[in-house]
Amino acid sequence: MIKKILLATSATLVAAPVAAQTEIEFWHAFTGRLGELVAEQVETFNASQSDYKVTATHKGNYSETLNAGIAAFRAGEQPDILMVFEIGTATMMAAKGAVKPVYEVMADAGAEFDSDAYIGSVKGYYTTNDGQMLSLPFNASTPVLWVNRDALSDAGIDPDVDLTTWEQVGDVLDQLKEAGHTCPLTTAWQSWVHLENLSAYHNVPFATQANGFAGLDTELTLNGPVQVAHIQAMGDWAKDGKFVYAGRRNEGGANFRSGECALFTESSAGYAGIKDEAEFEFEVRPLPYWSNVDGAPQNTIIGGASLWVMEGQTDEEYKGVAEFLNFLSSPEVQAKWHQDTGYLPITQAAADLTREQGFYEENPGTDVAVEQMTANEPTENSKGIRLGSFDQIRGVIDEELEAVWAGDKDAQAALDSAVTRGNELLRRFEQANR
Amino acid sequence: MEKRVTFKGIWLPLLLVLPQLVVTAVFFFYPAGQAIWQSLFIPDPFGLSMKFVGLGNFEYLLSNSYYRASFVTTAVFSTLVTLVSMGVALYLAVLADRLIKGSGIYRTLLIWPYAVAPAVAGVLWLFMFNTRVGVVTWYLGLLGYDWNHVLNGNEAMGLVVVASAWGRISYNFLFFLAGLQAIPRSVIEAAAIDGARFWTRFRTIVWPLLSPTTFFLLVVNIVYAFFETFGVIHTITGGGPQQATTILVYKVYSDGFVGQDLGSSAAQSVILLFIVGLLTVVQFRFIERRVHY
Repeated sequence: MIKKILLATSATLVAAPVAAQTEIEFWHAFTGRLGELVAEQVETFNASQSDYKVTATHKGNYSETLNAGIAAFRAGEQPDILMVFEIGTATMMAAKGAVKPVYEVMADAGAEFDSDAYIGSVKGYYTTNDGQMLSLPFNASTPVLWVNRDALSDAGIDPDVDLTTWEQVGDVLDQLKEAGHTCPLTTAWQSWVHLENLSAYHNVPFATQANGFAGLDTELTLNGPVQVAHIQAMGDWAKDGKFVYAGRRNEGGANFRSGECALFTESSAGYAGIKDEAEFEFEVRPLPYWSNVDGAPQNTIIGGASLWVMEGQTDEEYKGVAEFLNFLSSPEVQAKWHQDTGYLPITQAAADLTREQGFYEENPGTDVAVEQMTANEPTENSKGIRLGSFDQIRGVIDEELEAVWAGDKDAQAALDSAVTRGNELLRRFEQANR
Repeated sequence: MEKRVTFKGIWLPLLLVLPQLVVTAVFFFYPAGQAIWQSLFIPDPFGLSMKFVGLGNFEYLLSNSYYRASFVTTAVFSTLVTLVSMGVALYLAVLADRLIKGSGIYRTLLIWPYAVAPAVAGVLWLFMFNTRVGVVTWYLGLLGYDWNHVLNGNEAMGLVVVASAWGRISYNFLFFLAGLQAIPRSVIEAAAIDGARFWTRFRTIVWPLLSPTTFFLLVVNIVYAFFETFGVIHTITGGGPQQATTILVYKVYSDGFVGQDLGSSAAQSVILLFIVGLLTVVQFRFIERRVHY
């Protein structure tokens, strides 16, 4: 007890000059290099002013961080800022009374905030239909095609071969297979790349109600002709050993980085890892599209996470949160983040700054993702996807796709089943959040 | 004459069992009651609202063919884990029991895997059977077998069974060995003198005398296969491919913590509670009768 009093007294004495410092709690899901970079951002912010002190805490992977946030809210111990992955967006949005939308935080704090400064296809995922930003995009990436140029040369294929369309990719896969290549194509995040982004890129809906943006009564439409044709083609490639399935997450990354696979569809944020490990000449190409589909290529959508502000904090803390979020959005901080990680810049200013700094010239291919995202103004089908229980729906999709890769089901049957099962989860979510 | 201590009055005995009652109430009745209560609602994840649905959660679950299939998966999985871990342990224990030299080292080495946490064990096995870089996969490839548990459900099931049973063998081994050593040598020697060979001695003397141990291990191992294999499945297959390794407990996790569907998750816990209760009753009523203490 005496010790406590002494401690408290000494703490007051030490803290006296900065007694006004407000603590901001920030929970995130990053470890390793990304964790270090987040810590660096926080330190820079803390050193830049004396009113607020941000404390960043790692809370496990994306799902675990979300659960930690939810459990903390139920116990009344929620942090000020919580990182939530993109597919948790609908869950957070539905939790009115648990989250404070970013535009409101900014307005209440009287902070400078121009939502037009943010890149449309990045912020679109996290804004309401009338353009109000709900959470701040933090790390956003989009899928691209990674090419092992040496593997193509070894198979007697010109490494500069055109890989713009899936038809062309199909021809190259044939040639690789003929040359005896054991892993012509692999992928990471199959649902994200080959269904969610496929739909947006070909401007077809993934779900009704504007991909879920317009209401909770949304239903999946991922069993349309475009999606079925693509999954069937992939299934046929899998049967012939031209597409090798490695797992539900990014297991395929190890196969590509080791030089075993020739082509690899994965997030643009795979850049750091591939650059680090690949002992072959690699290249980034835009994600292929089917040339026989009208309206393709539209634009791809993002994956990653955004920062949500939790309800129930003091006004003073919200002011600090607003200042911190503005700091994260500033061109210098964003440009550095974009260049260090391969994630997309969230503001146009950061993209411009990166170009001015000559980064894209020194690292060819790093701008492919940015261009692919911003090539066209997003449509209802390519703004993003907002579904309840989306993490579980992805699980269902994973299961059904596995049935196609294993040859147990054809594409139509598998996607029909994914729609039926996914809709059940959507109705469940609607019931819980009405 | 039987000697029995009796207490007068009710307060002293109540006081003496009170700690046990409190522990049971706090750590069992309270959470179980909560689970039953929550299973009647569809709450939102943040606890902002709760909608009463009666038995709606159970109806939703039981009408789902994937949930029903998960019962079969669980039955196959726990039967295999129990059989493999107990069978191998018994075999090793019988061999160790006959050892004269070096039995200490042998025993110690066999106990080691027990110290490995399920999640770690899962990762170890995953490395060996990794479809692209796994050592075992590579050797199987040389033999002309294309191992791919990422797409082949039976191989995935085999792998999680082996990984789950592996750490458990040590535990079972210890109990079996102790059980074997508790059997009086004189009985076995007498049978040997009468001309009974090893297999006859095992079948007619050792196995019946070992039955209390076997019964205990059976109960413990089934409970283990039901509830403690989560880490192995989570690290190796994540319930896949398709739903080949989604056991009931894994589904509680994925609905509750991935899907934030707490109503369904609670209802599944209640169903599990019921199954375990049923299993225990069956074990004690029907199997225990055959046990000789």
